[in-house]
Amino acid sequence: MTTQPTSVVEVRDVRKEFGESSDRLVALQDIDLTIRSGEFISLIGPSGCGKSTLLRLIGDLTTPTSGSITVNGRSARQARLGREYGMVFQAPVLMDWRTVQKNVELPLEVMGFDKAQREQRSKAMLDLVELGDFGRTHPWQLSGGMQQRVAIARALAFDPKLLLMDEPFGALDEMTRERMNLELMRIWRQTGTTIVFVTHSIPEAVFLSTRVVVMSARPGRISRIVEIDLPQPRTVETREHERYFEHVTTVREALRRHEGSDGPPDEAEIMQIRAEGLA
Amino acid sequence: MATQATASVALRSSERTAPAALGRRTRLLAILGLLVLLLVVWEGAKWIGGDPWRLHGSVLGIRIDYEHFPPLKWRIATDLALPHVWDIVGAFAQPAQRNGPPLGQVLLGNAVFTFGEALVGFAIGATLGLALGIAFTQSRTAERAFVPYVVASQTVPIVAIAPLVVIFLPVGWLAVAIIAAYLTFFPVTMGALRGLRSADPRAVELMRSYAGSPRQILWKLRLPAALPYLFASLRIAASASVVGAIIGELPSGIPYGLGSSILNFKQYYVSGPSKLWATIIVAALLGLVFVGLVRAAEALISRGRYRRIDT
Repeated sequence: MTTQPTSVVEVRDVRKEFGESSDRLVALQDIDLTIRSGEFISLIGPSGCGKSTLLRLIGDLTTPTSGSITVNGRSARQARLGREYGMVFQAPVLMDWRTVQKNVELPLEVMGFDKAQREQRSKAMLDLVELGDFGRTHPWQLSGGMQQRVAIARALAFDPKLLLMDEPFGALDEMTRERMNLELMRIWRQTGTTIVFVTHSIPEAVFLSTRVVVMSARPGRISRIVEIDLPQPRTVETREHERYFEHVTTVREALRRHEGSDGPPDEAEIMQIRAEGLA
Repeated sequence: MATQATASVALRSSERTAPAALGRRTRLLAILGLLVLLLVVWEGAKWIGGDPWRLHGSVLGIRIDYEHFPPLKWRIATDLALPHVWDIVGAFAQPAQRNGPPLGQVLLGNAVFTFGEALVGFAIGATLGLALGIAFTQSRTAERAFVPYVVASQTVPIVAIAPLVVIFLPVGWLAVAIIAAYLTFFPVTMGALRGLRSADPRAVELMRSYAGSPRQILWKLRLPAALPYLFASLRIAASASVVGAIIGELPSGIPYGLGSSILNFKQYYVSGPSKLWATIIVAALLGLVFVGLVRAAEALISRGRYRRIDT
């Protein structure tokens, strides 16, 4: 990256608990993490390690029990109200009744961009994710991979400082996933956005990231941060790079060291997080 | 890759239209089939447990003398209780009163009058229902406090409330419309509530991540997501408003409307049972027409925008 690496996200001594005192669950504790501008950070760990919760804390979709999170020197809440976050979930969460282009324009409408700006930006974003010809179709007419690309275009439409992605390719088949990884790398290079990316997949994390944050479960904490010094730009050849396999091994061993602490099934985790988020 | 994707889009849209066209024909056949079945059962009941009849005369020089004694001694389907289908159909063409216009014309005029009342009641009830649904989704406290009353309002028999409304409101047709609204608002409230809640919680989070206001979340997410549910409840409300209007007309003393026809023909039932049955058929058709209009409005508004939601 050409820009000076200033810190974008600072997570300090964060702890997150769910539930009442009797059956309290410590989802995260002792979390310290600094994310620099232009970085691509992956959060990886077993189910129940709180990686999604950490992402949601950064995005102010939930608040920490203790500790602090600052984004560009502001609180996470101020950053959210200042519209600094683009979010992509595992499901595309597109609105059926809107065309693809109108879906991309949704955040722009909410933020009060005028019609000309909305059209110009949504077209540019759809071109970026190579769906320029599909603006007039409805989301349910597209394949899963295409829908997820629309979600990415939507998240980037208002030029957020930080892109938060929660297992965005988790529901896609392996081949689509690898292609989406390449596309995401291209988009990251073109936009220079800082990305925080939650994943279950070790190869995906190593391929995409500048740093991989390995987490362990019960209670969720950061067990190791692996610097990925693979050359940029990452391409198809990256996956055949000798260092690539070394990094995959490093991450795998970092995860294995905490084996046996495999948490509850993912769905339970998601349900709990959702219930908490809606409360 | 782009061409491949276009092909898959084309395939999907053709998949969508083919079963719809097939479904329409099957549906029409099913409706006609059931109608024929109903007529057969109706006349069958009369054959088994109706009044005895005798046919005698001559066709092409052949003398016919047939006497039918229904096997069932218990007369369940006399001509007074269940007139013959052809008698009911024929009644439409005969004058409702001596030297008056034919019954069909009278009933059509009264149906239009009742429809006007039902429509006003429907508009009031639907607006109120939607407003309540929105209020309840915005405030849990409001929901907890009001929903029991909303439910209780529907357990009070409408026939008990109708005379009160008629006494309080001097304008007869407006009173009838209010009574229709009373039956309309409930399904709309419940449909709106369910629809507004149907919005994907992740989409709500997405709107929050854009720092969207509650009003924006309502207009851009919750209301469009509620539309299919809302229309399902409006279809129920349309037929309920016709029922409400007819019930409201009964104590109102208004000399128009299907309610007045029902009172009138009930009073003279013995002299012409077919007339009351004809009125019932017209009332049912009015409900069907109203529901059909709501369906048409739904098709117009949501065409191509929504996946089909079966309700």
